[in-house]
Amino acid sequence: MVRSGIIPGMVTLTRADVEHVAFLARLGLTGDEMARLESQLNHILDQYAVLQSLDTEHIPPTAQVIELANILREDVVQPSLSVDEALANAPERSDTGHFVVPAILGGGEGGA
Amino acid sequence: MTDPTRLHAHEMAALLRAGETTSRALTEAHLAVAERQNRALHAWLVIYREDALAQADAADKRIAEARHAGAAALAGLHPMCGIPIGLKDLVSVKGGQATAGSRILEGYLAPFDSTVTARLRDAGAVIMGKTNMDEFAMGSSTEHSAFGPTANPWDMARVPGGSSGGSAAAVAAFHAPVAIGTDTGGSIRQPGSMCGVVGMKPTYGRVSRYGIVAFASSLDQIGPFGRDARDAAALLHAVSGHDPRDATSAPEPVPAELLSLAAGDDEAASYLKGRRIALPKEYFVAGIEAGVAARIREAVAAMEAAGAKVEEVSLPHTEYGLASYYIIAPAEASSNLARFDGVRFGHNDRSSGEFIEDYLRTRGTGFGAEVKRRIMLGTYALSAGYYDAYYLKAQKVRTLIKSDFDAVWAAGFDAICAPTSPMTAFPLGAKLQDPVAMYLVDACTLPINMAGLPGMSIPAGLSDGLPVGLQIIGAPWSELSMLRLARAYEGITARAPWRALEPAELHLTDDPNTPGPAERKERLGATSAPRPGGQS
Repeated sequence: MVRSGIIPGMVTLTRADVEHVAFLARLGLTGDEMARLESQLNHILDQYAVLQSLDTEHIPPTAQVIELANILREDVVQPSLSVDEALANAPERSDTGHFVVPAILGGGEGGA
Repeated sequence: MTDPTRLHAHEMAALLRAGETTSRALTEAHLAVAERQNRALHAWLVIYREDALAQADAADKRIAEARHAGAAALAGLHPMCGIPIGLKDLVSVKGGQATAGSRILEGYLAPFDSTVTARLRDAGAVIMGKTNMDEFAMGSSTEHSAFGPTANPWDMARVPGGSSGGSAAAVAAFHAPVAIGTDTGGSIRQPGSMCGVVGMKPTYGRVSRYGIVAFASSLDQIGPFGRDARDAAALLHAVSGHDPRDATSAPEPVPAELLSLAAGDDEAASYLKGRRIALPKEYFVAGIEAGVAARIREAVAAMEAAGAKVEEVSLPHTEYGLASYYIIAPAEASSNLARFDGVRFGHNDRSSGEFIEDYLRTRGTGFGAEVKRRIMLGTYALSAGYYDAYYLKAQKVRTLIKSDFDAVWAAGFDAICAPTSPMTAFPLGAKLQDPVAMYLVDACTLPINMAGLPGMSIPAGLSDGLPVGLQIIGAPWSELSMLRLARAYEGITARAPWRALEPAELHLTDDPNTPGPAERKERLGATSAPRPGGQS
């Protein structure tokens, strides 16, 4: 990715950037979608340019707006979903009460 | 008895307590209208006839038992007991769908009730069904629903606003007296404005988010729609309060006075005397429709005539709201939506047999165009090398936006009044090809989410036959004062001619020849030229 001049509004996303970000986000996009997003995202990024004019060097960031901190509760067992309930929406489940996923290591059958 | 669908929820509650109607009768009447008109309006994604009637019977039983037990028991029933209600289709109802308007959640059945659902059940409300919405609440027109758009009953060729457009249209069209929506950047207030109903986004932390499909967790709030301030207040009361299952829900008391807003118009209006109302000059510039500005200024002048003190103020960082919101909201969304991986629930594509490829295909085919755009924006803004320039910068701007509002409260103002949206409802398809134009629809509402404040939209008359919403913005936890102000405005405008008007094209929804909104949009799309900036 182009890292020079990373000031909002100054960056232009290339097709390669779009492909890279799509992969980071695990979005399988068609060629048409990539092309459309390249121009739309650049148009949206242009709108961020307004932020450049604002000096925020000494402004603290706000991540959340209500002043709550350290929300604690007693560590007691409470009812939760049963295994069957938790698996009810699974595309594929095993007889032993697990989600079945494609193998992520080494390929091959039965690796899940 | 008059047509029960024309009653306000508080009127229904009085009739139910007096034994003059039943929840079953009210629910039957609303189901009949909703089922008959949904083809043309498409406000509902699902209607639960049998389940709703069973809930109505249970409510009738509760009311009968309370009546038998005496006046105190009857008075102890919640005003929502026996009242039909619609829920936006991202609220979990055990055993029911929660699509969030997305193909990726098609077929998913919620294994538990949201806290909002559980509280509505406790109150005795009758859940009629689930309403249409922009996919994952991302949009301002409900056109981004994977299941097709909703029409606006004031003009069937126009959008109802969004993202809670189904809830707003259902309440406007008398399918239900009240409904639940969510608001991340305006998604309750803006459709409330465009459909001519009351909609409130409470203070962040007022209503538990447990069991609500997440969009942007530091901005999302759940809130009520109703056709007047009293109904919105009663529904807010039913769903509010601390919930140990949502650590961001605040341990703030829920005022009981939400259930006793003034019934009389004059008594309600007297609340305005001496109230200090701020009018932010930045909300009346750049792109606001003349008719909208006129209605808002008239509404504020009417409040002034009734004894309020109105002063212009400045919220100087307003112009930075849109850009900073469209960094923070997509960033949080890209993180929240990472959970849709086709492993535990929802749509999945396992055709390649290869983990990463299946993952890409599942998300690539499961999400719609707007959701993909936001995930891409958010992922980009959070990616290595760009975090400081985008996300951190936007969070700093968020501090400045919040401090603008803090200064208004420090100066002693009771509320801020502004337009809800710079425009009235726009034609189906008009902004669909231009994301930035669609984002601008929420320019007056999203700063309030950034600051975590409560905001509401109330009907303030019409512009060219379309509803205009007056936005009331309050200090944190001031919902009761805001609703009293809204009720006061209803009091001073009770005899205004526009108050008596029903949505102008409501009759079309009963006509079997009226095309549904998806078909209507196709026709519009075939004839309209691409918009400037549109790329697809």
